[in-house]
Amino acid sequence: MNLSLNWLSDFVNVSDIDAKAYCDRMTDTGSKVESFELLGEDIQNVVVARVISMERHPDSDHMWICQVDAGLGEPVQIVTGAQNVTAGALVPAAIPVAHLPGDVTIKAGKLRGVESNGMLCSIGELNLTVHDMPGAAENGILLLDESFADKIGMDIRDALQLKDTVVEFEITSNRPDCLSVIGLARETAVSFDRPLTVKEPVVRESAKSDSIDKYLSVAIDAPDLCRRYCARVVKNVKIAPSPLWMRMRLRACGVRPINNIVDITNYVMLEYGQPMHAFDYAQLEGQAIHVRRAGAGEPFKSLDDQDHILDTSMLVIADGKKPCCLAGVMGGANSEITESTKTVVFESANFDGASVRITAKKNGMRTESSGRFEKGLDPENCMPALERACELVELLGAGEIVRGPIDVYPGKKAPVSLPLNADAINRFLGVDLPESYMQDVLRKLQFKVENGIVTAPSFRSDIGCMNDLAEEVIRIYGYNKIESSSFKAEATQGGYTEKQRYAIKTEDALLGMGLSHIHTFSFISPKQYDRIRMPADSEQRKSVVISNPLGEDTSIMRTTAVPSMLEVLARNFNMNNSEASLFEMATVYIPAADSRDLPAENKVLTIGMYGEKAGFPRLKGILENLLKISRISDIAFAACTDDPVFHPGRCASISTRDGKSLGRFGQIHPLTAANFGLPVPVYVADIDFDGLFELSGSTILYKSLPKYPASARDFAFVCDEDLEVGTIDEVIARAGGKLIEDIHLFDIYRGPQLGEGKKSIAIRVTLRAPDHTLTVEETDKITKKILGDLEHKLNISIRN
Amino acid sequence: MKETLARIRAEALAKIADTSADLEQIRIQYLGKKGELTSVLRGMGNLSAEERPVIGQLANDIRTAIEAAIQSKSAELKAKALDLKLKAEKIDVTVPGERIPLGHNHPLSIVQRELEETFIGLGFSIAEGPEVEYDYYNFQALNIPENHPARDTQDTFYITDNILLRSQTSPVQVRVMEKTKPPIRIISPGRVYRSDAVDATHSPLFHQCEGLVVDKGITMADLKGMLELFAKRMFGEQTKIRFRPHHFPFTEPSAEVDISCFVCGGKGCRFCKNEGWIEILGCGMVHPFVLSNCNIDPEVYSGFAFGVGIERVALLKYHIDDMRLLYENDTRFLDQF
Repeated sequence: MNLSLNWLSDFVNVSDIDAKAYCDRMTDTGSKVESFELLGEDIQNVVVARVISMERHPDSDHMWICQVDAGLGEPVQIVTGAQNVTAGALVPAAIPVAHLPGDVTIKAGKLRGVESNGMLCSIGELNLTVHDMPGAAENGILLLDESFADKIGMDIRDALQLKDTVVEFEITSNRPDCLSVIGLARETAVSFDRPLTVKEPVVRESAKSDSIDKYLSVAIDAPDLCRRYCARVVKNVKIAPSPLWMRMRLRACGVRPINNIVDITNYVMLEYGQPMHAFDYAQLEGQAIHVRRAGAGEPFKSLDDQDHILDTSMLVIADGKKPCCLAGVMGGANSEITESTKTVVFESANFDGASVRITAKKNGMRTESSGRFEKGLDPENCMPALERACELVELLGAGEIVRGPIDVYPGKKAPVSLPLNADAINRFLGVDLPESYMQDVLRKLQFKVENGIVTAPSFRSDIGCMNDLAEEVIRIYGYNKIESSSFKAEATQGGYTEKQRYAIKTEDALLGMGLSHIHTFSFISPKQYDRIRMPADSEQRKSVVISNPLGEDTSIMRTTAVPSMLEVLARNFNMNNSEASLFEMATVYIPAADSRDLPAENKVLTIGMYGEKAGFPRLKGILENLLKISRISDIAFAACTDDPVFHPGRCASISTRDGKSLGRFGQIHPLTAANFGLPVPVYVADIDFDGLFELSGSTILYKSLPKYPASARDFAFVCDEDLEVGTIDEVIARAGGKLIEDIHLFDIYRGPQLGEGKKSIAIRVTLRAPDHTLTVEETDKITKKILGDLEHKLNISIRN
Repeated sequence: MKETLARIRAEALAKIADTSADLEQIRIQYLGKKGELTSVLRGMGNLSAEERPVIGQLANDIRTAIEAAIQSKSAELKAKALDLKLKAEKIDVTVPGERIPLGHNHPLSIVQRELEETFIGLGFSIAEGPEVEYDYYNFQALNIPENHPARDTQDTFYITDNILLRSQTSPVQVRVMEKTKPPIRIISPGRVYRSDAVDATHSPLFHQCEGLVVDKGITMADLKGMLELFAKRMFGEQTKIRFRPHHFPFTEPSAEVDISCFVCGGKGCRFCKNEGWIEILGCGMVHPFVLSNCNIDPEVYSGFAFGVGIERVALLKYHIDDMRLLYENDTRFLDQF
């Protein structure tokens, strides 16, 4: 809402208050100011002047040398190239040093050798349009009429009423009453403790005029959507431009002047906050207005020439036959005010907010009017606004008001009354204000206070409970005058849950292991599933789909965070970052079987890396460390050869002994990597964090340190390449039983002397008994058993 | 005999003083079983009873002196040797250290943790709620019925008519109040979604942290006090806060909160666009409609709620001028945190 302070001064006088101070105080009391602008500030030293005489420029075929009376006593010589100026014309003249909008400075100078001490100005040079100055030349000097004859030498800003301060307010949705000059005047008056003067409009009506009943009847067929409908008829209408003062006020508020009747409806909407509509009476069939629901499929052309197909949820203002207006949204092309309009019907009505909102949305046209109605307007405001419009018609001489308004008011509401409990308000706010102060504030806000009961004015539909009254009091008193306190409340335990603590521990461990934390979007493109080569029939492709996404790229909720990780790795690679080691604690969204239920939101941990230090062993080591600090043991790593995301020979699944999967990790398949533009080996882990948490243990029980020495035996075997170390470890572990303390692979060797498809493996087995020093015999016995089992079960023998 | 002893003493001490002396050999030569001093002492039997103690005393003194000399020389030699060794081991300390890979936390996580720690210190718990949420929790239960104009300010992503991506963390308030009896003291950080195209200051996904306190006798002054504490902790002890009346359907009264600019201290600078203040969060007293909706009697209990944008805090705190950096995860960006 843009407020003209000139306009505001009709109702409350704050002319002595500096604009910045005005804005600050208004913000403090709840009408938030976004910015303010001093109109006309960019025009300096431009005055009303009369062209005394003109002669041709000797060296130009289009320039004129003018002698101009700018009220300076002596005539001023100004050269102009404009062709619409004649001797005797009244014009705006910029007298050096002058300033014009757009940082233009006018200095004295010579034009083709002839001295020119200024410039005659066009509307464009004054930042005006033909709407602001009807009839002005667009490609010539602004010619002023003879009413400016006594203003020669006057600052053009005063002559054309260009000086104003415009304050831009951000009005919250609960205060549609403040989307008006009067509404903001009320707030201004209370904020600065100044008197407010709102005069009741007076309509004289034409003495000769006949009664409105002869012209029109109004029926509300849908009282649930229209609480009140007021109308008046204006006859002998003379469509003309509205006067300068009205145009300048509309201009200041960002509304384009059109003609007197349309300008009046806009003027009243801005002044009273009540949207109005004007119909061309001649176009209404049957002398009747019906406020009714539209028929299903009923066509309607709005006055911006757009065609709409209506439905029964929409409210229309119809004549005897056709809809003439989409109620509260936009008028129809069929009854628009034109140059030839002779009789006008003014509408000032109250429509249901939700209905207007839906209608505007369905038809894709939000208007000044619908934006106000949808917030819920005050039906009590309809009649004053209508009367004001008619008062303006009479003031402007735009027509004659036919006797009597029509007022159909099926939806009158009782005002809201509440007890004023000062103690409760003080307790709630944590302040100590006297009841008399509260009463005073409320009265200034036009509440009635009688016998401890507060009655809200009709325009304050936002008032409904004690909190609302508390807010009224405190916003005027000043939020910032509340003295801070610390709450005295029952002690609460607070803190992280076990799972939150585990997440933090995990994050810290990963950070400590050199991985950086990333955050990526939860929504992805469905194409990402193709890019990671997820099988076409994979269950994991079933995703939560956004019905109104910004674009395809962000249209579904991810069921895996792997593509997000690959994208980030690719971005880093493309930025020539030589390496990256990253992790994300991501959420994935798994649709519920029933689409009426919410999806499961699961936490996953993704790790991704490329670069010199990246590799399968490093990734596995990180995961093993993570398992260790999570106190999760008994985990099996198994080769995973069938996941197309990963390299078939370099991927492992992690699962518990009882087969519960915790995820997989390994090198990304080169084809997958290529889909992301990654030509280097990339390693990713995709871990079920919820599963990890379930298995994690937080109990720590100390085991006494060993009292007896350990003995170690090294074994070296040659075996087939395909034989996994894990299998060998398992055989050794079984053979060694309880006495095995540690099995440590310390070398793998491949070489030509071993032969094709063979490898040599060196393992150190540490043995220890808790209660005695192992004897040589015991150790030998176990060694023998290990060797026997290896030979027997895996068909490998010790290397000589 | 005295002369012999004096000679031994002089000879031994001279030898010890000689830097190249082999101290162990000197010890054996003079003090060993077959050493010179020992053999002198062995000849003491031939001395008279008067002489014996005198010579004995002298011989002992000489032994002590030699031993002391050997010991001090030995220490001296060890120190010299160590000195040489240390000198040989000198390294160039300006050579860079081994590059141990270091992980960097994300600025959003750093801010979130700081928020969590601040509020946990005040007895808060961390509540969580779904990001894919029912319309009921995101809007209706928060006093935003269907077709309420406040829905316009939060352009929402819908899944179905009834399910959406939460546009705020406030639905967690309702979920917590439905399940918990007061006293309630929670914060709830998490992702929220709004249909805004990505640019330097907008993102369709961002993080908020909701806060909620419900108990008997909670006042607006308490809300102010707690937010002051929060602002000081997050932005420094000098930070002041300013309330501006605002409207949120689920709080009444509601306020927007500014903090004094932590760059210029409130005098006005480029960072705060000469305002001296920076908008940081929205808050208010929980609306009685919301309380009763969750079966909490607004006549008995009151509460306050606030919501702060985590991105907003991170951008301000670290002077990050483009929100997109937070989701690009360029390591050159992350490495700075």
